[in-house]
Amino acid sequence: MYTISNRLKTFSIILIVLGALGVAYGFMTSHKSLEEVKTMLVEEHAHDGGQDASAQVHTESPDSAVSGTADVSHDDEHAVHVQAQLAKRPWSAMYVSALFFMFIALGALVFYALQIASQSGWSPVLFRVMEAISAYLLPGAIIVILLAVGSHYIGQNNEIFVWMNPDVVAEDKLIQNKSGYLNITAFLIRAIIFIGGWCTYRYFARKFSIAQDNAEPGDNRNFKKGFRIAAGFLVFYLYSESVMSWDWIMSVDPHWFSTLFGWYVLSSMVVCGITVIVMLTIYLKGKGLLPMANDSHIHDLAKYIFGFSIFWAYLWFSQFMLIWYANIPEEVVYFVSRIEDYKLLFFGMVALNFVFPFLILMNSDNKRVPWFVMMAGVVVLIGHYIDVFVMIMPATVVDRWFIGIPEIGSVLLFGGLFLLVVFTSLSKAPLTPKNNPFIKESENFEY
Amino acid sequence: MASHYEAPIRRPLVLGEKSYHDVSVDIAKPVEGKANKSWWIVFSISLAAFLWGIGCIIYTISTGIGVWGLNKTIGWAWDITNFVWWVGIGHAGTLISAVLLLFRQKWRMAINRSAEAMTIFAVIQAGLFPLIHMGRPWLGYWVLPIPNQFGSLWVNFNSPLLWDVFAISTYLSVSLVFWWTGLLPDFAMIRDRAVKPFQKKIYSLLAFGWSGRAKDWQRFEEVSLVLAGLATPLVLSVHTIVSFDFATSIVPGWHTTIFPPYFVAGAVFSGFAMVNTLLIIMRKVVSLEDYITVQHIELMNIVIMITGSIVGVAYISELFIAWYSGVEYEQYAFLNRATGPYWWAYLLMMTCNVFSPQFMWFKKLRTSIMFSFFISIVVNVGMWFERFVIIVTSLHRDYMPSAWTMFQPTFVDIGIFIGTIGFFFVLFLLYARTFPVVSQAEVKAILKSSGQRYKRIRESGES
Repeated sequence: MYTISNRLKTFSIILIVLGALGVAYGFMTSHKSLEEVKTMLVEEHAHDGGQDASAQVHTESPDSAVSGTADVSHDDEHAVHVQAQLAKRPWSAMYVSALFFMFIALGALVFYALQIASQSGWSPVLFRVMEAISAYLLPGAIIVILLAVGSHYIGQNNEIFVWMNPDVVAEDKLIQNKSGYLNITAFLIRAIIFIGGWCTYRYFARKFSIAQDNAEPGDNRNFKKGFRIAAGFLVFYLYSESVMSWDWIMSVDPHWFSTLFGWYVLSSMVVCGITVIVMLTIYLKGKGLLPMANDSHIHDLAKYIFGFSIFWAYLWFSQFMLIWYANIPEEVVYFVSRIEDYKLLFFGMVALNFVFPFLILMNSDNKRVPWFVMMAGVVVLIGHYIDVFVMIMPATVVDRWFIGIPEIGSVLLFGGLFLLVVFTSLSKAPLTPKNNPFIKESENFEY
Repeated sequence: MASHYEAPIRRPLVLGEKSYHDVSVDIAKPVEGKANKSWWIVFSISLAAFLWGIGCIIYTISTGIGVWGLNKTIGWAWDITNFVWWVGIGHAGTLISAVLLLFRQKWRMAINRSAEAMTIFAVIQAGLFPLIHMGRPWLGYWVLPIPNQFGSLWVNFNSPLLWDVFAISTYLSVSLVFWWTGLLPDFAMIRDRAVKPFQKKIYSLLAFGWSGRAKDWQRFEEVSLVLAGLATPLVLSVHTIVSFDFATSIVPGWHTTIFPPYFVAGAVFSGFAMVNTLLIIMRKVVSLEDYITVQHIELMNIVIMITGSIVGVAYISELFIAWYSGVEYEQYAFLNRATGPYWWAYLLMMTCNVFSPQFMWFKKLRTSIMFSFFISIVVNVGMWFERFVIIVTSLHRDYMPSAWTMFQPTFVDIGIFIGTIGFFFVLFLLYARTFPVVSQAEVKAILKSSGQRYKRIRESGES
């Protein structure tokens, strides 16, 4: 039995408090009046002009030569846009982090269901670790929805999803055509179905798993029930995850669409889940709490990180290359904006999520070295945080992005919450399942 | 104990009271025996179909592509449909031998040899189409980047059709090497059992002097693992590249980003169905029911069910995004599929691919050999229509209504397709008589952990 240490509790509470302060700071500094924004823009403009005046003259002169009044209203409009982008930053920063940690929990849950449905013989000793990580799913997903909808109801013109803003929709024929799907009621109904489905599975899977612990030896009824619902969940997940990715992520750019998007998000999510499973396993093993988990288990998990990183890169490339190749204007804007304003992050994440794990985890010996896998895991997690960042931010704050106090604060806030929930859940059941028909195979597992 | 422990809940993979010797005898029997009458009948039919196909190919090449049913709007129809279909079928072999190896699935041992053979024979059929659908196939070698006397005129590396050349040729060569390496210990077994000098000579050549020393086995295992690791991305990339032929275009119904993984899922789906078709017959004909058990068929059915569901999600994603995109051409492309002149093909594809695998949720059905055989045929019909629907319905009505038209295959289109089926079976039938159709070395490796006899001994506590 694991007990959460006071040090860990304090640590996560400190993270939450620090994070909350960072988020609060983000909200205090982001809401500027129109006047402030205008002054800011003029300052930026002067700054740019000073640096390369000749280029500015060439680009600006035709515009300003048309008429003075038009120019003023254009400036006003621009300032309103920038004001909204600034106001969206703390919301988006929280949303990115909230999604990221929810992905970890859901990814771990899917991996868990896969292990059960495939009757894997190596992983049962890690089931409690996976169950604990997925405990964050319910609070995590609720936070995501609260942020998505809250950003619409709290404050003005700072919603993460522009289609929630009636003023925008009134002028946008494309969004109007989609409003049968993209409206807050339908969004909430779908969200309740997804979260309800996932969390119901997680609740019963955990229940049957613990019930199997206390069952008579040879009584596999709970194991069988767990197997059945895992298969059912995987089907539900495959559908709900696609729709979830359209709802919660793709619709931040309501004009853009890609059929691959759901599976791309899926790959990202599963990598995150597996990475945290292996990191938590290594942590617990380091404390001597998971004596049955040996380096072969770590090796296998590291292989999964390796494999799914390649799979992620495959889908990233497929989506990017097909849109780049055909260059159809309505689709390509998505990548144009990302490459123009987020170049380092957009291509940097390919290095972090693909090149790095690919080179580092290729070697079989490396995959057995805990600190090595830990290090690769940290890089992969950073990479996938950036992945989520690049999915959301270009649609909300456009070029006004920065990884500063609001972003880091949000990561600390939800990271602290994640740790608290996961470790609390970990302390509620024995770390090694008993009476699972495959547990002995798993304990004797070597590769 | 430790490494030989297997959970009692797992069902045996090798039935009957088999010893190592029994395995060798059972597997060598078809190779050592003589072909019976029904083999000759089926072989003759296949050969006739093959020859008919060759006739059609010669006729096409000597007369011109105009003998096919293609027209100015529809430049691709049965040729590329068959190409993609055959490539897709080939994928299951690599999946079984490589991906299932990476996932340490012991049940693959009994089916991997035949699945790989199927891959190779299917890729050979697929490889015919890129050549014969050319207007000037005798200039086919121009697709290769060879230094030449045209001022080193080069190929353009931007075309997915060129990527196809590299993908298919790499795929065929790697699969061939992977298959052959695995065959070495088995050829050696046949060689060592051979009594006729000619047979001994042939299998000695084929076995490359395999003597089964510890060092050889160690390297053999390592090579298999590395090749499996390489073949897995290869198998994904090959069908991905095939899907790029369509997805990189701007044709409504073709240009969609989901094609790469969805084609791969479809390939695994149709490939497993074909493996099931072949193995259900083969286990009976060459009496390998103890090795290719109902459990193997059931597991293949589960894979069919899973990939069928993935394909189903992809269909629904495409439909949803077509509506969501607000692009009227895209919306029309899908409306046309469902309600246009080819509605019957679309309906057939939906029924065969989305509904039929769902029957596999019922244990009664997925463990029924007759039903599995029936569904495996249905799936392959469905997957042929999937490719046909994607290709033809997207082409026959796209941007300009003035270019709308229909497609009618001629007897040459059909004849070539029948010819490839004949060729495939010619190769497969010859294989089944001359090659060890089950990997005896690998089955022997799992005999003591998963053989029925040893499981029984363990459970009774005798060991």
